[in-house]
Amino acid sequence: MKDFAWLVLFLPLFSAVIIALFTRRDAQLSAQLSIGAVVASLFISGAIFIGLQGSLDLVKGLESTPFTWLRVGDLDVQFGLRLDPLSLLMILIVTGVGALIHIYSYGYMSGDPGFSRYFAGLSLFTFAMLGIVLANNFVMMFVFWELVGFSSYLLVGFWYERPAAADAAKKAFLTNRLGDFGFLLGIILLWATLGSVRFDQLQGMILKNPGVLGIWSSVGGLLIFCGAMGKSAQFPLHVWLPDAMEGPTPVSALIHAATMVAAGVYMLCRVFFLYAATPAWPPAFSFLQGINALQVIAWIGGGTALLAAVIAIQQNDIKRILAYSTLSQLGYMVMAVGLNGPSPAMYHLVTHAFFKALLFLGAGSVISALHHEQDIWKMGGLRSKMPWTYRTFLMGTLALCGLPPFSGFFSKDAILAAASQHSVGLFVLAALVAMLTTFYMFRLVFVAFLGKTNSEATAHAHESPRVMITPLLILAVPSLLAGLWGIGAFLERNFNPQATSESPNLMEEMFAPFGHSPLAAVVGLGAVIFGFSFAYALYANAVKDPIPQRFPALARALRNRFYFDEIYEKLISLTHEAVARLADWFDRWIIAGFAIRGIPGSVELFGRALRLIQTGNLQTYAFVFVLGVAVVLYAVLHH
Amino acid sequence: MTVGLEHYLFVSIVLFSLGLLGVLLRRNLLIIYMSLELMLNAANLALVAFSRFNNLLDGQVLVFFVITVAAAEVSVGLALIVALYRKRRTSHVEDLTSMRL
Repeated sequence: MKDFAWLVLFLPLFSAVIIALFTRRDAQLSAQLSIGAVVASLFISGAIFIGLQGSLDLVKGLESTPFTWLRVGDLDVQFGLRLDPLSLLMILIVTGVGALIHIYSYGYMSGDPGFSRYFAGLSLFTFAMLGIVLANNFVMMFVFWELVGFSSYLLVGFWYERPAAADAAKKAFLTNRLGDFGFLLGIILLWATLGSVRFDQLQGMILKNPGVLGIWSSVGGLLIFCGAMGKSAQFPLHVWLPDAMEGPTPVSALIHAATMVAAGVYMLCRVFFLYAATPAWPPAFSFLQGINALQVIAWIGGGTALLAAVIAIQQNDIKRILAYSTLSQLGYMVMAVGLNGPSPAMYHLVTHAFFKALLFLGAGSVISALHHEQDIWKMGGLRSKMPWTYRTFLMGTLALCGLPPFSGFFSKDAILAAASQHSVGLFVLAALVAMLTTFYMFRLVFVAFLGKTNSEATAHAHESPRVMITPLLILAVPSLLAGLWGIGAFLERNFNPQATSESPNLMEEMFAPFGHSPLAAVVGLGAVIFGFSFAYALYANAVKDPIPQRFPALARALRNRFYFDEIYEKLISLTHEAVARLADWFDRWIIAGFAIRGIPGSVELFGRALRLIQTGNLQTYAFVFVLGVAVVLYAVLHH
Repeated sequence: MTVGLEHYLFVSIVLFSLGLLGVLLRRNLLIIYMSLELMLNAANLALVAFSRFNNLLDGQVLVFFVITVAAAEVSVGLALIVALYRKRRTSHVEDLTSMRL
C-alpha cells in the first residue's frame, strides 16, 4: 500500500517527460496527459489516505521502501517517502487543488501557442511539490525544493516574450535562492552536529535529548526558517510574490494555493521538532539570549501579515490584491508556527489552499472575460454579467475573511486562539490583520463586482465557459465546508500523539471555536464586521478610490508598496558598485600591477644585474672559482 | 739548520701562490698555461714532502699519477691553444670573450 505513494509522486513527472519529449506538437494530447496524470495521482492519494486511515502507526509515520541515492563518506542519503497525517493530507490538497487548476487551465489557456509547454510545466511543478511533501529527509526535500523553484521559474516566465514576465521569473528565482542558501546551511549544520538528515532520526534524537544541538539550536532553527522565508515569501524576501503575478492566472492559483508558497509553511511543520530543542546561541550571538527561534519566526510572520494587508488596501490590480492577501495569510501561518501551533498553521494552509485557489481562478475568469483587463476600477457591475463567477468569488472572499460557517473562520480562529494564549501583541496584530483582510477583500468585491459598469470591455463581458466554471463550483464546496471536516483534529495527531482523533458531531464542530476560546472567536468575528463596515462605507457605489484624496502620502506609499523594490534596487546597485570598485582596484593593482607587471619585471631586473657578472673573461671566472674554493675550504676547516 | 716538513710546505705554498697569481693576472695563454703547471708541481712537492715525513708511499704514487695526467693535459691543452691561435690570430685572454652572450 505505502509503496503506491511512489506512483503518486512519479505520475506527474512521467507526464511532463512525455510531453516534453514526444507530444509537444499535439496540444490536446499533452493537456489530456497532464490532466490525466494529476487526476490519477489524486485518486491514488485518496486510496492511500483511506487505506492507511485505520493504521495505528500513522501517528509515527510510515516509510515506503527507500533506495540509496547518494553515499559519500559518512553521508548516506536514502530517498524514501514518509507517510503520516501531515503528508497524506498535503498530497490530497496538492493533487486535488492541482487537478482542478489543471482542468481550469484547459479552458483558460486554450489557443495559447505554448499550450503543451504550459502543461509540461504544470506537471513538473506538481511533481516537485509532491516530492517536498513526501520527502523523508532533508536532502531529498532540498532537491525537490529547488525543483519547485525551477519549475516556478518556467511558469512565472511562461510568457517570456514579455519583459515583465521574464524579469518576474528571474526575481522569484533569485529571491528564492537567497533563502535556499540559508536552508542549505541549516541542513549542513544539522548534519554536522547530529550526523543524520532523516526526519525520523533527527526527531528521535531531539525528543530524547533536547540539548543535543548544543549552542547551535537557535541558529540551526533560523537557518532552516530562511528556506521557508524564501519560498513562503516572508519579510524581507516577500518581494517576489506580487511580481510572480506576471505568470498565467492558473499558475498564480497553483503557486498561491497548493504549491510553492505552501512549501515553506509545510516544511516548517514537517521539521517542527527542531524547535523543541533547548534554545541556545553561540557566544557571538549571546546578546540574543532569552529570545528563541520560534519568537523570531512568530514576529516575522506577524509583521509580514500586517505589512502585506496594509499594502493590499491600495492595490488596484485584482491579482495583486490577491497576491498581497496570500502574503498576509502566509504571514498568519508562519506566525502560527512561531506560536507553537503547527497544526493551526497547517489547518489554515489547507483551508487557504481551497479558497485562495477559488479566488484566483475566479479572478482568472474575470480577466479572461475582460480580455486581460486587471484594473478593478475598470470592472464594476460584473455581478450580473458573470453570476457564477460572482457567487463563487464571494464565497471565497467570505472564507478568506473568516465568516462562520466558512472554512476560513475555523482555521483563522485556531490561529487567533494560539495567539491569545502566547502573546498579547501578536493577538492584537492578528485581529488587526483579520480586519484589514475583510476590508480590502470587500473593497475588491464592491468595486469589481457591484456598482456600475465602468468600461467598454466590462459591458461586453459574459460568463466563462463551463470548463472554467466547474472547478470554481467544486472549489467552493471545501471553501464552505472544510471547517467542519475535523481537519484540525486530524492534524493534531501528527504533532501530539495523545490527541484524540474522535471528531465531535457537526453542531459541536460548528460552535467549537466559541467553546474553547470565546475571546478569539468573538474578536475574529468583530474584526470581520468592522472590516466589512469600513469597506461598505468607503466603497459601496464608489467610482473613485476615496483614500488617495484624504491621505495622499499614505496612499502613495502603499501604492508603491512601501518602496521595498526601490530600496532593494538601490541597495543592490550600491553593493554592486562597491564590489565592482574593489574588483577594479584588485585587478589594476594586484593582478595587473603586481602579478602581471611586477613578477616579470623583477625577474628581468635580477637578470640585468646578473649579466654584469658574466664578463666572458677567463680570468674573472678563475678568480671567482678560486674564491669559491677558498670559501668552501674555510667552511670545511672551521666546521 | 735541519730542513723540516714546514719548509717544504712553505716552498710549496709560495710556488702555488705564484702559479695562481700567474693564472689570474697574466694575459698570454701560454704563460697562464705554464703557471698552471707550476701550481700542479707545487701540489706535487707538498705530496712528496708528506710522503717522506710520514714514511708512506701513497703520496709518491699519487704524484706519478699527477705527472702522467699533467703530461696528457699539456699535449691536449697546447693543441687547443695552437688551434685557437690559428683561428683567432691571438693568444691573449682579453680577446677571447666569445663565451659572453
